[in-house]
Amino acid sequence: MKRRDFLKLAILTLSGISIKPFAHLFTKPAFADISIQRTNKGLPRWAMVVNLSICGKKDGCTDCIDACNRIHNIPRITNPKHAVKWIWNAPFDRVFREQSFDNMNEGLRKKSVLVLCNHCENPPCVSVCPTKATWKREDGIVMMDYHRCIGCRYCIAACPYGARSFNWKDPRPYIKEIDKGFPTRTQGVVEKCNFCEERIAKNLLPACVEACREGGLIFGDVNKEDSEVRKILSTRLSIRRKPHLGTEPKVYYIL
Amino acid sequence: MVEKALKGTKRYWTWIGFLLFLILIGFVSYLFQLKEGLGITGMGRDISWGLYIANFTFFVGVAASAVMVVLPYYLHSFVQFGRITILGEFLAVAAVVITVLFIVVDLGQPSRVFNILLYPSFSSLLFWDMVVLSGYLFLNLFSGWYTLDAEDKEEPPLRWVKPLILISIPWAISIHTVTAFIFSGLSARPFWLTAILAPRFLASAFASGPSLLILLCYVLKKFTKFDAGKEAIQKVALIVTYAMLINFFFLLVELFTVFYSAIPDHKGHFIYLFLGSNGTGMLSVFMWFSVALSICSLVLLIRPETRKNESLLPWICGMVLVSIWIEKGLALLIPGFIPTPLHDIASYVPTLPEVFITLGVYGLGGLIITGLFKIAIEVQKAKEKGI
Repeated sequence: MKRRDFLKLAILTLSGISIKPFAHLFTKPAFADISIQRTNKGLPRWAMVVNLSICGKKDGCTDCIDACNRIHNIPRITNPKHAVKWIWNAPFDRVFREQSFDNMNEGLRKKSVLVLCNHCENPPCVSVCPTKATWKREDGIVMMDYHRCIGCRYCIAACPYGARSFNWKDPRPYIKEIDKGFPTRTQGVVEKCNFCEERIAKNLLPACVEACREGGLIFGDVNKEDSEVRKILSTRLSIRRKPHLGTEPKVYYIL
Repeated sequence: MVEKALKGTKRYWTWIGFLLFLILIGFVSYLFQLKEGLGITGMGRDISWGLYIANFTFFVGVAASAVMVVLPYYLHSFVQFGRITILGEFLAVAAVVITVLFIVVDLGQPSRVFNILLYPSFSSLLFWDMVVLSGYLFLNLFSGWYTLDAEDKEEPPLRWVKPLILISIPWAISIHTVTAFIFSGLSARPFWLTAILAPRFLASAFASGPSLLILLCYVLKKFTKFDAGKEAIQKVALIVTYAMLINFFFLLVELFTVFYSAIPDHKGHFIYLFLGSNGTGMLSVFMWFSVALSICSLVLLIRPETRKNESLLPWICGMVLVSIWIEKGLALLIPGFIPTPLHDIASYVPTLPEVFITLGVYGLGGLIITGLFKIAIEVQKAKEKGI
């Protein structure tokens, strides 16, 4: 390489590097800034309570699921093998098999139970991810970086709740109407419920909670003593999915 | 030495041509998979790992088994293994390349594979598997290559080769242990959540890898003038016998704990594996076939007359290979996923493109083995002529 060419290249490189600190001026952060949520009592701990005595009173109600699917650009793929699910219904005796037995109340046994990512306190999916594409935020929300995920699906194998979905094909043709407020995903990456972190950042409730007009879903900060979730959890008997695994789910069910 | 792989008979080139054809089919299918996504395979949201990861697990075992010839030769000066030790090391090289390829073809976003290095996560067993597998690849490639190179030049081996070989012995154990830990650390999948998984993996590896080595020696004897020596082959067969016995014992140990404790979450997977569920019993047919092959091969291996029968031994080795390919392939993976975390049953059948991609990876592995073995044999041939 000639001396002249070398100098040209060096100047170009240096000027490139010097631009970097200012690059953020032109981009938006990929995820909501959680410092907004910092209160004088420290960081929040988000949790959800599903009240099974209210949820499902309206026969075949899917308001919460529809709201989530709409705002998160979730594809509607008919082939169950390739389906993408963030929040969905499953029968009680499948969700809580260890709590089901012969001669139990048949209505409860076959009852539809909402399931979603539990945002575990000890998330196995986070430990196994080889690229830190999934991680637990300081406020407990388990996040996904769709741009870093290599699609190895180790997290799917590690999740005890089946809460994670893989994009087996390009999801975009299967989205009815794309919501510009949330990114669509590409084929070959994993996704799941994000507790509506993008809405929490704007002081809004998660879409599913807002959509439930019966009040069957309660969301809030368990670190706050006067929050509704905290009150319910401290006064009523609640159950969680597979508590013996020690994952500490933050989605609670009351009967 | 590379030039030695580029000279050969017409039959040699026909074989190379066949392997290239397999690679081509695999490559074209892979381009299709890249474009359409992993949805073209038989996998889905319930059974999210399939034929690729099954083969990955199996070939990590083949790679690790090189230690079964390296250890007696270098630690116990078992001179009869002089000729096949180099083959064992080269088989390990090809097997590691195969495992890496099976991981890559299983990725949804293969172009981002280097994120594993850019954002390493020390809590992920996949990260550690990458570390041990790449280390093992270089250990075997260097120690095999430079031992052979020294032989070719009729010089004593380089001083740093011996330490590499010694390191490769515990390293071989580590690659299969870490691979077992990928599965056995998951609380979500009771089928894999067992401390015996790593020992089982090692036992089945030391049965399947050496079986493959024996088969390759038979092929070499038939098509080239290379003869590993009767005594060496018989010793390897003895290793296969013990490994098979230990592997079968481990399986029974596992079954005892699962069925005597009778915890539904654990039992469900084994019942699905052996009995199927509601007509989706194709996997259990394979599993029983694998068990039957295991028992038959064990009987034939334990009886000295049949084990020492040279025309029967390749068949026995074939049975061992097929049995273990099923046992630690799809029969290890699918019941891990079924019943699902929501206690559902799903089915998995590999699709044609998936099978083609698998064959393509086999083809590439075959090409590496062919090239490396050819070089090794030419060097040894020249040496014998010299004497």
